[in-house]
Amino acid sequence: MERIDISLSVNGTTYERSVEPRRLLSDFLRDDLRLTGTHVGCEHGVCGACTVLLDGDSVRSCLTFAVQCDGASIRTVEGLGEIGALDPLQESFRKHHALQCGFCTPGMLMTAVDLLAKYPLSTDDEIREGLSGNLCRCTGYVNIVSAVREAAAARGNDKA
Amino acid sequence: MSGIATAGAADVARPGIVGARVQRREDPRLLTGRGTYVDDRKVDGAVHIAFCRSDRAHARIGRIDAAGARQAPGVLGVFTAGDIDAVARPIRATSNMPDYRATELEPLARGKVRYVGEPVVAVVAENRYLAEDAAGLVSVDYDPLPEVTDPEAALEDRALLHESAGTNVIAAREFARGDVDGAMAGAAIVVEDRFRIRRKTPSAIENRSCLAEFEAGRQALTLHASTQVPGLLRDALAEIFDLPGRRLRVVAPDVGGGFGAKASLYPEEVVVCALAMRLGRPVKWTSDRMEDLTATSQAFDEIVRARLALEPDGRFVALDADVIGDVGAYSIYPWTASLEPVQVVSFLPGPYRLQNYRGRVRAVATSKAPMGPYRGVGRPISTFVMERLVDMAAKKLAMDPAELRARNLVRDDEFPYKSGSGIVWDRSGFQDCLRSALDRFGYAQRRTEQAAARNEGRLVGIGIASYAELTGIGSRISAAPGMPINTGTERATIEIDSTGGVTAAFGIASHGQGLETTLAQIVAEELGVRVEDVEIIHGDSAAVAHSTGTYASRSTVLAGGAATLSARALRKQAIEAASYLLEAAEADIEMRGGVISVAGTDSSITLRELARAFYTEMRRIPKEARESLELSASATYDPFFGTTTGATHVAEVEVDPQTFGVTVRNYVVAEDCGRIVNPMIVDGQVHGGVAQGIGAALYEEVVHDESGQILTGSFVDYVVPSAAEIPDMAVIHLETESPSTLGGYRGMGEGGTIGAPAAIANAVADALSGLDARVNELPITPDRLFRLIRDAEQRKGESRYEA
Repeated sequence: MERIDISLSVNGTTYERSVEPRRLLSDFLRDDLRLTGTHVGCEHGVCGACTVLLDGDSVRSCLTFAVQCDGASIRTVEGLGEIGALDPLQESFRKHHALQCGFCTPGMLMTAVDLLAKYPLSTDDEIREGLSGNLCRCTGYVNIVSAVREAAAARGNDKA
Repeated sequence: MSGIATAGAADVARPGIVGARVQRREDPRLLTGRGTYVDDRKVDGAVHIAFCRSDRAHARIGRIDAAGARQAPGVLGVFTAGDIDAVARPIRATSNMPDYRATELEPLARGKVRYVGEPVVAVVAENRYLAEDAAGLVSVDYDPLPEVTDPEAALEDRALLHESAGTNVIAAREFARGDVDGAMAGAAIVVEDRFRIRRKTPSAIENRSCLAEFEAGRQALTLHASTQVPGLLRDALAEIFDLPGRRLRVVAPDVGGGFGAKASLYPEEVVVCALAMRLGRPVKWTSDRMEDLTATSQAFDEIVRARLALEPDGRFVALDADVIGDVGAYSIYPWTASLEPVQVVSFLPGPYRLQNYRGRVRAVATSKAPMGPYRGVGRPISTFVMERLVDMAAKKLAMDPAELRARNLVRDDEFPYKSGSGIVWDRSGFQDCLRSALDRFGYAQRRTEQAAARNEGRLVGIGIASYAELTGIGSRISAAPGMPINTGTERATIEIDSTGGVTAAFGIASHGQGLETTLAQIVAEELGVRVEDVEIIHGDSAAVAHSTGTYASRSTVLAGGAATLSARALRKQAIEAASYLLEAAEADIEMRGGVISVAGTDSSITLRELARAFYTEMRRIPKEARESLELSASATYDPFFGTTTGATHVAEVEVDPQTFGVTVRNYVVAEDCGRIVNPMIVDGQVHGGVAQGIGAALYEEVVHDESGQILTGSFVDYVVPSAAEIPDMAVIHLETESPSTLGGYRGMGEGGTIGAPAAIANAVADALSGLDARVNELPITPDRLFRLIRDAEQRKGESRYEA
């Protein structure tokens, strides 16, 4: 099968690769770049586990072809904080016990990063609506909502 | 918090670590994308399997044409049943239960297929894309066989799924106590209905995945699998491939949820092992979601006819039930097809006083994915049925449903209490749970508000559900009826290494429960070190001599017990070794926070110093002591019977009369899980359990058409609730320390899912109480609710709808 050359930035590093047109962004990140923090849960765009930021907007990497990302800037969970230096959203998830098995967590975090950048998130209903495209089977969402609520409030404090 | 303090002095550990909201050890790696799930393991030379699965529910396999697939790019081979049978011994889930008929586990279908999604052909290629390309080129001819889809029709055995069994009823059992017929005949009132809870699937967000690596030099096989039961798989695979356990290792690394779905041996796991040995290449299979929704074990598919008889004062006098479990195409290994339906009749009497009980159950094989363990196992159904009957009776008696429960729940002075099916409930707070849940919910006030809402024409309902379960089951009771596998013990080995590091190895396999944290808390507290000093090894069959895994709400009770025993034994030895260094009597030495000191003095050493003295500074401890002592201890814990966990859930819902959607407005759980290791984690387990129970009550349903074709093969069709559907919830913990387990712990991982379907069903029925709608089938989807309301209105002659 023919391959197409692409160049893209992932978490600030530029990668140049030759990929099949059908290669999913999720597989490109996980298998070609070995960035396995992005998880794949349904491969049909419902569960949200594979969510990454594409030029600042959250997208399903399982519904995005790698070739669509030529010239783009991708941010994955590996681009947030690190072990020993979690970012405030990750800290809030930890503090509120907003993860159990951790499989949906990278997608949940990247969706929350997008929501926190764009929306007031002033009510729980708004937070729940914003997270409704990401399925979690472990937590019952209660603590995820708490974690995002606190991150949203802290964001307000930063701006003040 | 109320509760009965029952722990003896020896069981009351130094306060602080057990019981604290310790942040999870697992979180930093999982939050940064540095976890390692099976599919994250990238191994050089690994090849991938794509399975060709049956698209027929029941058919004879004709010609398989794989010529095109074999020629396709990157393909290493195409394999069918005979290829696997040549290297793998057959395995079947046996049971000593009378009237049980085992079915053969076929890694790839042989002769005929029995459900849509059954693996038939395995195509191996250099990567998953190429394997799927080639799988699309395989064609399989099928000769259709008669449908065996409807469980009630299948009972008549007109067509057989397993000819060798001679019947579709592959398990049957009856429990009886007292004189049910006599009590029914003499009772003041009897309520009855036919209940149904539809098929559900666990749908962990991580699909199943497995990777087999065969080392030719050592002739050793390692399987990384997204499983809850690495030890159980190791033992089964050792038998299947006739390999000694020391050359067969099963590792469950980070696992993305299980809920029972990953607690059984699967055909795909046998196939990757067989092909890794045959091809000499690492072989991986990662399921997609359609495969998960069609071929992972399913649950909760039962029809229950039940009636409850009461005295005029509300006392329960008799319960009679007939259960048909639709157990799918195969009896799953090792739990068997009896697991779920037998638990329905075992637990149907619930936490209530009841002298006369009869429960009959038949497990019927049908052309669907095998039924397996799923969070709650049988008890969500038994609780749904019993709690609906209680509310129906309350309505008939014009009694408040909370009062009717209070009159019948086993009282504190009646424990231990033997239930109608023979289960013995140890001392636990059944009545306390009911009272606490109602208090927190603000029951009286909300009933007043409900009346006001009804006057405005709103359909607001309140539902209560009380239940009890057995958890932390020991060796006396098999986790599945008649199963010849020990699920009642756990072993732990704790070692202090030459740097003073503490490593505790277990046979359990954490997959979201946070056991790396809670077991570290128990070890730290019992041994006298800091939580961060303890490394927990789990999910690896090589870590302990025998293990099964994590399921059946057992790990805190069993592994926690083993941790306690081994930590105490190790502590004693560490103190004895330290006595030579501190030149003090053992009785005067204490160990806390990793520091060993002589009480009342400033004489102390660290664990690191002790380890160095013990292992490398050979003159500091006498030779005899170094030879007789070990800075290591192993212990096995067997709770023998197990313990009781009880809870009451209260839900408030509102039904939208236009869309027939149900909104859960308020949710309260009061549960008694005994002594709590980490309240943060317990809350999380309850929240997640309730969310899955709400899914079972309102959204989740595996749908097959009459021909056995599955109609819910995606997350668009199989509806898992999102954050927008699940409410905030309040959780109250009663800590009645279990009198039956070491440490006073009770298991609690499944409970949320047990109570929620019943509480929601009762709340919906209460919302529709003016209509006398028969809420007897779950999930209560908008479509079902529409029919329910239309039928009820038609009965009353006031329908808004065309007949």
